[in-house]
This record gives sequence, C-alpha cells and structure tokens, in this order.
Amino acid sequence: MLSQEFMRNALLAGTFIALACGVSGWFVVLRGQVFAGDALSHVAFPAALAAAAAGIDERIGLFAATIAVGAGMGLLGRRSFAGGGGTAGSQPADDTAIGAIFTFILALGVFFLTLFSMSSAGSSGIQAARTLFGSIFGLGAGEARLAAVVGLGAVVGTLAIARPLLFASISPEVAGARGVPTRLLGVGFLALLGVVAAEATQAVGALLLLGLLTAPAAAAHRIAGNPFAGIALAGLLGVGAMWGGLALSYAVPGLPPSSAIVALAVGTYAASTILSVRSTL
Amino acid sequence: MPTTTRTLMTADLANPQLSWNLARDASEVLEYHFMVNALVAGSIVAVMAGLLGWFMVLRREAFAGHTLSLMAFPGASGAALIGVPATWGYFAFCAAGGVAIGRLSGPGRRSLSEQSALIGCVQALALASGYLFLSLYGGVLGDLENLLFGTVVGISDSQVLVLAAVAVGTLAGLLALGRPLLFASVDADVASARGVPARRVSVLFLVLLGLAVAETSQVTGVLLVFALLLMPAASAQAITARPGLSLLLTVALGLAVVWVGLGVAYFSVYPAGFFITTISFGVYVAVRVVVGVRSRHGAGGMAGRAPLVESPPPQGVIA
Repeated sequence: MLSQEFMRNALLAGTFIALACGVSGWFVVLRGQVFAGDALSHVAFPAALAAAAAGIDERIGLFAATIAVGAGMGLLGRRSFAGGGGTAGSQPADDTAIGAIFTFILALGVFFLTLFSMSSAGSSGIQAARTLFGSIFGLGAGEARLAAVVGLGAVVGTLAIARPLLFASISPEVAGARGVPTRLLGVGFLALLGVVAAEATQAVGALLLLGLLTAPAAAAHRIAGNPFAGIALAGLLGVGAMWGGLALSYAVPGLPPSSAIVALAVGTYAASTILSVRSTL
Repeated sequence: MPTTTRTLMTADLANPQLSWNLARDASEVLEYHFMVNALVAGSIVAVMAGLLGWFMVLRREAFAGHTLSLMAFPGASGAALIGVPATWGYFAFCAAGGVAIGRLSGPGRRSLSEQSALIGCVQALALASGYLFLSLYGGVLGDLENLLFGTVVGISDSQVLVLAAVAVGTLAGLLALGRPLLFASVDADVASARGVPARRVSVLFLVLLGLAVAETSQVTGVLLVFALLLMPAASAQAITARPGLSLLLTVALGLAVVWVGLGVAYFSVYPAGFFITTISFGVYVAVRVVVGVRSRHGAGGMAGRAPLVESPPPQGVIA
C-alpha cells in the first residue's frame, strides 16, 4: 500500500489535516461553532470562482476569502461568539446570521458559475477552480507537502492561543475581567478556522472537513475531562480515523475514502457516547 | 452546463426585453405556461417555507435546517442506487434526518455545544453515505445541477400538484402542532413543567421542517433553501416581536421575494435562485441595519420593544 505514490501523498496530507481538524475542532465543539466551520467550507468554492473571475490566483483568493469570512463572522456575532457553549444560559452562536451569509455567498457562486459557463474564456476559470478541489487520492506531492505545512501551522497556531482561548470559552465574563481579549481571541480563532477550512476543502473535500472537525472532538469531549488531554485525544482520534479510513478504502474497492474516514470518525464518537453512558449508570 | 443551456434556451424562446411598461412586462411573463407554473410553485413554497422557517429561526435551528437540506444528496444517490425516483429518496432521507436530529439532540438532553456537534455528525454521516451510494451506483447523477440550483422554469403541472399536496399536509401538521410548538420554543422549561411533551414536539417539528426543506429545494435548489426558509423569517422577527404579525410579514416577504426574483430572472440569463437569494439577503441586511441604527439611537419603535425571545431557553436543566 505504501509503495503507491498517491497513497503516500494522501497519508502525508491527511495526517496533518486530521491533526489540525482535531485540535481546532476541540475548541469548535467547546464553543458550539460547528455551524460556523460548516459555513466556511461552503465559502471555499464560490471564493475560488470569484478569484478566477477577478483574475487572481485561486488558491490565494480561497484563503483570503475564508479567513475574511471567518473573521467577519466573529465580528458580526457580537454577543454570540464571545460566549462559550455548554453552560446553561449562555448565548448560542448566531446561527441565523451565519445561515444568511453563507447562503448569499453560495448564490454568488451560482452567479459566477453561470457567468463563466456563458463565456468561452470562463470555462478555464471553472476548470481551474474545479481542479483545486480534488479528492484525497488525487493529490500531487507538492500539494500534499503544502497541506502538511498548513495543517501543522494551524495546529501550532491553535496551541499558541489555547490557554487564553480556553479561559475565554469557558468563562467569558471572568476572562474579560481578568484582561483576556475575548473578542479578539474569538475573531482570531475563526480566522484560524478559515485557514483550516480553506486547506481541508481543497485538499480532502468539504465533507471530510466537517467529519474530522466534529466527530473526533466530540468523542474527546466525552472521554477526557482534562482540556489538554482532550485536545491531544481529539487530534489522535482524527489521525486514527484518517489512517483507518484510507487503509479501508484501499482494501475495499468501491468504498470512497471520504465515506470510510467519516464513518470511522463518527463511529468513535458513537462508541464514546455508549461508553460514557455505561460508566454513568 | 445543463442549467445554462436551459436558461439560454428559454431566453431565446421568449426573447424577453424589459420595457418601461411594467404592467405589459408582467402580462408578457404570464402568457407563458411555464412561468405561471413557476410562479404558482414559488408561491406555494414561499408560504410553506416562510411559516416553517419562522419556527426554525425562533428555535435557533438553522444548522439543523441546513443539514436537512443536504439530505438531498444521499436521498438522490440512494434513490438512483435502488432505482426509484429521486424525489422519493429525498423526502425519505429528509424525514429520517429530522427524526435522527430530533431524537439525538432533543431539547434539555444535551448541552448546546454537544447539540451542534451531533448535528454536524449527522450531516457528515449523511454526506458520507451519499458518496458511498454514488460510488456503488457507479453512474452520474443526472439532475445534479437541478438538485443544487433548482428548476424554476421546468416545473410541470403534476409537480405543482405534488408541491401543493405536500404543502397542505405540512401546514396541517404545523397547525396541529402550533400552540405547543410556540410554547416550547419560547420557554421550553415552563412548557415542560406545564406538561407539553417538548421532546416529541421537537422531533415532529424537525420532520415537518425536513418535508418543507425538501419541497423548497425543488424551486431554489438545495444550496439556496435558506433564501426562503431563513431570511424572510429572520427579517420579520427583527421587525416585530408580535408572533401573529411577524408570521404574516414572513409570508408576505417570502411571496414578494419569489415574485420579484422570478420576474427578474425571466428577463435575464442568470438562474432564478441567484436573484431570489440576493433579493432576500438584501431585505435581511436592510432590516438588520435599520433595526440596529434605531436601537442604537434609542428611538424606541420596533427595536425598542422586548424581543420575542429574550434569552434562549437554558439547556440541560430539565434532563
């Protein structure tokens, strides 16, 4: 299996993307921002199309747009994103605004798609944007290395703000009173999530982003009580699901890698739920 | 691009030119049977999506609504795999998704953060099974573009009848569920204490929402469902806090958005979903800005009144 070059590339990119998704996903789940992460993955394709329309590099346009939309969601949700999820009476994320914004961005994507498909020059723009969003088995060596570097950067970035972000997520009022810049942290974290979303959607697809962001982190929240053990566990479970899923889809013909990886990730979450229910009985 | 060729074809067929005489333009639009069908279907969907969406916005279940809209993918690919019409698979998966989300993440059972994680897992799993079905089917989904972006100009008489029948059923269900649903949505704790089965109400509502989403996507496409489901309701709830007025306003906004959007799309080569979404989003942004400015200047009026939901119902207390 490892003698195949596409498999090595998939493992390299997949490992670091799964790690980044697991680590940042732990905070995404803690802060109840799964919908925001999902919305960022939808922004990716219209952003690449818009960049192609404007004549700038699709990859740069993609990253710029997801980071801008992430930060914008953090700025727009005044009260909502400052508060953490989980505690009784805390404000949930402003899901109405998120839904309205990403739907409009998708409508712009539809517009660009139509615009391109009518002009002869435009079809190359669609092609450029389409090739940007490949499957995990279709990665070149350079793309895989880039994905690994971006994934590692996102992990380091998340860990660098982990302590104040944890404080700000669990108890925003106390953290604010102690001088932690909760608003800035919220915006910065969503911008970081934008980086993860941009890299993951183009390297492995939007489906894997959502599965890897949510399921390993939710399982880690169930299992580990200690925050830093939880973050580590989320990363490990994500990488485990990635490796298992890649091997499984290599072994079973007709099983798409994304389906296998997501099924394993959600499976660990289901198992952790059953285990934690047993232990409380 | 099937979407574009079709749009271009209709444009050639009618060769529409927007004149200064709006009444003449409107009558020109209505001369074509396919446009009448589109307007009727759009109106049915606008009313139903507005009413269901009003409760969705009130209950802050937009993520659940979005997840239900994506059930179209496993629905259509699963239907292709076993060889039944795509619409059947879509309605089946939407209803099943509503039950799954409602049962797994019902009110009072879980913390907010875990609810959003659960919905995310349901969505990821649904899309993963969609990819699996597609891979097992081995073919190409024929109507993918229509599935994503909707078919406004190709709606047949029988489709209009199906849309109307589902809308009547869904609205009857909503009517039966209405009072306990409103009670449980505004204050889940007090509602449970007064004997409202909040969990069952929540599951039933999500099933109805699934049907509404499946129906709305026939017109707007899967990706732009929120243009009719979320934006009119969010605008109306920002304008007024009175439930009855706000429901009426939602329906009125939805109808206006559909009519104007379809009318503009008729004279243009761009898909109707784009215009419907853009107009709806424009209304939403304008309302948010006006309400925000008013409340900042302390002018009272609309925003000065108490919001319909002062704080979200505390979660995890009833468990």
